[in-house]
Amino acid sequence: METIDQPTKVPERKEKAEGNFYPEKQNTSGPGMNERIQRLRKQTVETEPSLSIERALHETAFYKENYGKYSIPVLRALNFLDHCKKKTIYIGADELIVGERGPQPKAVPTFPELTCHSIEDFHVLNTRDQQRYTISQEDIDTYEREVIPYWQGRTVRERIFGHVPPEWQTAYEAGLFTEFMEQRAPGHTALDGQIYRKGLLDFKTQIAEEIAKLDYLNDPEATDKFEELKAMDISCDAVILFAERHAELAERMAEKESNQQRAAELREIARVCHKVPAQKPDTFWEAIQMYWFVHLGTITELNGWDAMNPGHFDQHLAPFYTAEIATGTLSREQAKELLCCFWIKVNNHPAPPKVGITARESGTYNDFTNLNIGGITSDGKDGVSEVSYIMLEIVEELHILQPGNAVHISKVTPDRFLEAACKVIRQGHGYPSVFNPDIYTVELMRQGKSLKDAREGGCSGCIEVGAFGKEAFILTGYLNVPKILEVTLNNGFDPLTGKKVGIATGDPREFQSYEELYQAFVNQLNYIVDLKIRVSNYIDRMFAKYAPAPFLSVVIEDCISKGRDYYDAGPRYNTNYIQCTGLGTVTDSLSTLKKHVFEQQTFSMEHVLDAVANNFEGEEFLRQTIINKTPFFGNDNDYADAIALQVYADLLTAIDGKPNTKGESFHLNMLSTTCHIYFGKMLGATPNGRFAGKSISDGTSPSHGADTHGPSAVVRSLTKLDHTMSGGTLLNQRFLPSLLKREEDIKKLAALIRSYFTMGGHHIQFNIVDTATLKAAQKTPEDYKDLLVRMAGYSDYFNDMNEDLQQEVIERTENEAF
Amino acid sequence: MQSALTFDIKRYAINDGPGIRVTIFLKGCPLNCRWCHNPESISPQVQKLFTRAKCIGCGECIKVCPSDACKLTRDGIITVKELCTLCGKCAVVCPSLATEMSGREQSVAELLEIIEKERPFFDQSGGGVTFSGGEPLLYADFLCEILAACGQRGIHRCIDTAGLAKTETLLEVAKQTDLFLFDLKHMDNEKHKQWTGVGNDLILNNLQALAEAGAAIQIRLPLIKGVNADHENIAATAAFIAALPGGKKSISLLPYHNIAAAKDQKLGLLREQNRLQEPSPEDVAAVIAQFTEAGLRATVGG
Repeated sequence: METIDQPTKVPERKEKAEGNFYPEKQNTSGPGMNERIQRLRKQTVETEPSLSIERALHETAFYKENYGKYSIPVLRALNFLDHCKKKTIYIGADELIVGERGPQPKAVPTFPELTCHSIEDFHVLNTRDQQRYTISQEDIDTYEREVIPYWQGRTVRERIFGHVPPEWQTAYEAGLFTEFMEQRAPGHTALDGQIYRKGLLDFKTQIAEEIAKLDYLNDPEATDKFEELKAMDISCDAVILFAERHAELAERMAEKESNQQRAAELREIARVCHKVPAQKPDTFWEAIQMYWFVHLGTITELNGWDAMNPGHFDQHLAPFYTAEIATGTLSREQAKELLCCFWIKVNNHPAPPKVGITARESGTYNDFTNLNIGGITSDGKDGVSEVSYIMLEIVEELHILQPGNAVHISKVTPDRFLEAACKVIRQGHGYPSVFNPDIYTVELMRQGKSLKDAREGGCSGCIEVGAFGKEAFILTGYLNVPKILEVTLNNGFDPLTGKKVGIATGDPREFQSYEELYQAFVNQLNYIVDLKIRVSNYIDRMFAKYAPAPFLSVVIEDCISKGRDYYDAGPRYNTNYIQCTGLGTVTDSLSTLKKHVFEQQTFSMEHVLDAVANNFEGEEFLRQTIINKTPFFGNDNDYADAIALQVYADLLTAIDGKPNTKGESFHLNMLSTTCHIYFGKMLGATPNGRFAGKSISDGTSPSHGADTHGPSAVVRSLTKLDHTMSGGTLLNQRFLPSLLKREEDIKKLAALIRSYFTMGGHHIQFNIVDTATLKAAQKTPEDYKDLLVRMAGYSDYFNDMNEDLQQEVIERTENEAF
Repeated sequence: MQSALTFDIKRYAINDGPGIRVTIFLKGCPLNCRWCHNPESISPQVQKLFTRAKCIGCGECIKVCPSDACKLTRDGIITVKELCTLCGKCAVVCPSLATEMSGREQSVAELLEIIEKERPFFDQSGGGVTFSGGEPLLYADFLCEILAACGQRGIHRCIDTAGLAKTETLLEVAKQTDLFLFDLKHMDNEKHKQWTGVGNDLILNNLQALAEAGAAIQIRLPLIKGVNADHENIAATAAFIAALPGGKKSISLLPYHNIAAAKDQKLGLLREQNRLQEPSPEDVAAVIAQFTEAGLRATVGG
């Protein structure tokens, strides 16, 4: 191990690194943002993420002192309580909603019990170009002295890697799949409305009742249940204490505060924090603070994937809003201000950074807290309220990275709401994405949820669905489907390393038919999926036994009544997902081989494989023929779409219904987040003409530039897939701002969304193309064949325009920003 | 069953009538407007298009050409028009779509299948099918058959026309049409002839007859500075439209854009349209104001 004493050269922070560091001129403040919010926004945007070693120090000291004295759940809960007792409490100027996971905004703790950062990791994080996290040399030294030695050999990560079979390790290192739980705990959960009806003291009563009911005579699990319930009880105390400490600090600050108005605010903060989360909230402010303390509790006790999600936040807050508006104790402006304060709180919490190679898999500060706006209620009615519209306004005006947000558009959702959302989409910030409750309700019911629980469900961080507040829906990792084809085409070997990473499925040069090739691919697929699931199941039990989450278990329904942890089948429903990526890339590659090698014999298999191995060097004729004369996915072409359908069906056969460790099943979803970039880097050239190292297609979207027949053809291709068999699909569509200029264009976009959803689509999001994209399109036109430009009265593809005109479109796009 | 020569089919068309539409472009036009942004629409024959920038110089077209029309010169590959029989073999082998054939004979049944695919989008947006061109009225029999079939299926039908056809043909088509997008290029007969190659008598008569027959009409006005955007022509246009019988006609202004230049190159055409000028936003605003004064509503865009 090499230590670095010299301060490494620190690069300049790149502007706009992930929405985190806008130059001041881009610090756009919307009409509804008051000065308080502008100041808070400036702070959250400009504060650089840093690492805090406070939690690790508390935890290490606690483990040294107490490991072995208690059952694991109780140890975890006491560790959490100890940290809540000691951690730095922060209340910033201007804040109304309070509480930070770290000692100050954007200070991210580490979780050495899961994975312990090395000295090198810290230096890399401190100096890298993007997604940087600062840490002082003093803290690094302390960490090296106090934290690292204790955890060596004890972390969950090391125990997992100590167990995995070598064939898993080689496949993992080849980028055939990722493993979510090697650095973070299973997460991806969202809450239902329980916490607005019950305070933690009520939960404690319920826990006490369950403990009293334990039957040590007849129930062999009674002791385990007792330990888990005791841990849940302690964790409630921890969060109540955490809130109380904020109340005390706010009172002290109020005494010293010379500004009368701020002093009054601080006294109100103190009152709210005395009350929630111990008791149920009664005001709009209390309800937001209630959620925020619960959120912080879950992300402080453990580092779950996807911070945490409030679920249908607008629906939860609407009754408080309506009641207070009626009594006159709250104005719309105050409600909006409080919600903005909440938004900023979420943005203050970047994702805890990973270690080693995984950092490459998902390079983002985003921790994927996602708000579901609109949608349907649990009795199937329209869930849109005034709070939903306020939230849309905030998305439009505040313009910060987190929280993510999505609008949910059901048949019963009013056009007014959809069109309001389309206007925000038009702004081009990438938010909101659009979901279809009518379809995901069916998805969830197919997996066995009740109608009511399914309707109360939605999407957590990305596009994956779950029954909010009642389900552990664990994402286990991404599957690099195009890489599986690459390995098949190399008879089990990874051409990038020469290592054997799969099974021998035959030399493709000897295949006589497309069917033979396809069967080899399916065999390889099944092998890889089973390899992944075997290890996922092992990891599941590691978390259930050694890293339970008692506080999260309190707020997810049925954990208390079952006396079981969130990770140990406590929730009402327990699903494991595998996220499949690259459907477009793999479909187009198979279509190429089917058409050109087996049907038309334009090229021999040998020729294509050699061209691919040489990254198409000297093979421009072959590559151009492929990219221009092959049916590709996303064009409403039955030839290509049938291949996509077949791949989807075989992914389902490989994954859907395989048992998990909780007596339930694995399911798939078609999601890539940012992993299609990493997977592309781990993949050589592919038969569809894609060069080595370039991104694979994302989600269920067509490959970049492969869709040349407009959005309605994309929608028709996509809806040939039965989305209800998945736990979520993802469709990204690029739009130029000029296509969304007029009011009637907004209506047409809304109609496009309605059409997609009527036909069974799960999710769609729109990237409003900026000038940088257009410039990129000039350089590599083939990746951008889908870019449709609207001029007054007519439209044409960007690629079909001559350079002068393209230049003009670029200039106009620059000026047409909304 | 009738068929027609198409040169493009545009799905998610949002500029050719109400809602989300599919626009079917029919090849061939009796007008030859200098500003035409679809120059390949003018000839009623199959044509060969060549995009030099896309050519990778593989020479496959030279190898397959049965009449030695494709030649390699110092300027790259060219087609000797006199020798070319438009057999299309070069386009089949061309790997990069540098060579494409424009014009494809498609039957009513074939097109109905394509139109039907867009039905979910029609249903949600109040859209439908638009026949454009070229001049769709060149294919009157075909139009009557396909429009009737669309009508039976409850699909909204638009015809985008320059209006140059036999009046009886137009009125026959009108029976099966829900909305006409009727282009008016110029009110002055001589100038019309100068810029489009034909006079406007029949066109104006047809518009009058169509309005009298009670057809729903939206007027489309390509707006080209130095051609038809002047005060005098707009005044004449406004007066003519205002005097048309039936409900008040809305006017769509289509400010000229030199989008056709790339397509001209493809066809090997050399038109002098670079001299044509795009109207400025102020010019467009002035035109709108002029129509407003005449009691008419004009908006920009289709």
